Amino acid sequence: MNLTRQAGAAAEYSDKLGKYLIVYVVILAIAGLQFVIAYQRIDVSAMLFRMLLLAIVEAVLAVVFFMHLGSENRTFVTWVAIVTIFVFAALQYSWTDSNRMERLSPPANNVGASQ
Amino acid sequence: MSQSDLAMGSHPVVLERSSPFAIPTKKLAMWLFIIADAATFAGCLVAYGFLRNGSLNWPTPFKFYPTVVNAMVMTFILVTSSLTMFLGVRAGKTGDRPAAVRWVLITALGGLIFAFLHLREWMGLIGEGVRLYKNPWGNNLFGAVFFSITGLHLTHVTVGVIVLIVVALRYKGGRSDADDLEITGLYWHFVDLVWMFVVPLVYLLNVSK
Repeated sequence: MNLTRQAGAAAEYSDKLGKYLIVYVVILAIAGLQFVIAYQRIDVSAMLFRMLLLAIVEAVLAVVFFMHLGSENRTFVTWVAIVTIFVFAALQYSWTDSNRMERLSPPANNVGASQ
Repeated sequence: MSQSDLAMGSHPVVLERSSPFAIPTKKLAMWLFIIADAATFAGCLVAYGFLRNGSLNWPTPFKFYPTVVNAMVMTFILVTSSLTMFLGVRAGKTGDRPAAVRWVLITALGGLIFAFLHLREWMGLIGEGVRLYKNPWGNNLFGAVFFSITGLHLTHVTVGVIVLIVVALRYKGGRSDADDLEITGLYWHFVDLVWMFVVPLVYLLNVSK
């Protein structure tokens, strides 16, 4: 099984070049779309969501096609995915405090100033 | 076979069979580095988001020209360099040594141009009065997060260019093999991947309309 997968990884590089050129063009097109979104008159959070979504699609294309993660050992791919997603998800823990900074700090300062 | 035989490395085949995930050791090490580095960049970007979200007067100073146009050109160069790196590894895997060296050196050239454009942009911003601790537009932390995140990425690009040149020359002289090119390529694609997040978050969310 592992030998088959390793052979598959080597075979990835002998694939037709056209597939990779298409991936390259798609990544460039998505990057271009991000620049278009930057000039839309929309809320910052909506803009952030759209840009991040497109960046994740770009990243997945790069990881699967250029870095060939999909051809590696399935256990390894699963391990990489779980660790990465866990770390990224755990980092979101800070947003609650960031919102507190924005919403509570100014009123608290104002109260202090009025006294 | 004794434990000492294994420890002395006298049976490399046995050791290779027990390699974690059946992946070559150097490649596994590079993937572990990439995971750790991804966490580093993610931490920096979330910290930036934390500060931007929690600030009332975050500046949006980037004009279409020169900053956004420069970011477009830099993105094009870096994504294209990922393709040329892939072509280099592909040539190496198929045994075309001269083509592999040529493509990897073209990739390094792309990285050099990227670094030059980045430094030119930095000099422009510094000329406008942006520093780590102040800027002319608003929240003083803007310069700190901008220079630290783009600086961390620029450091990766610089290191990558050096490694690409060294590996290409070693491969040309027969001291490295196609697997080394592949491992270097993993690093370079990762640098490209990080830029895909830096551009929208650090540049495009801060454009002036």
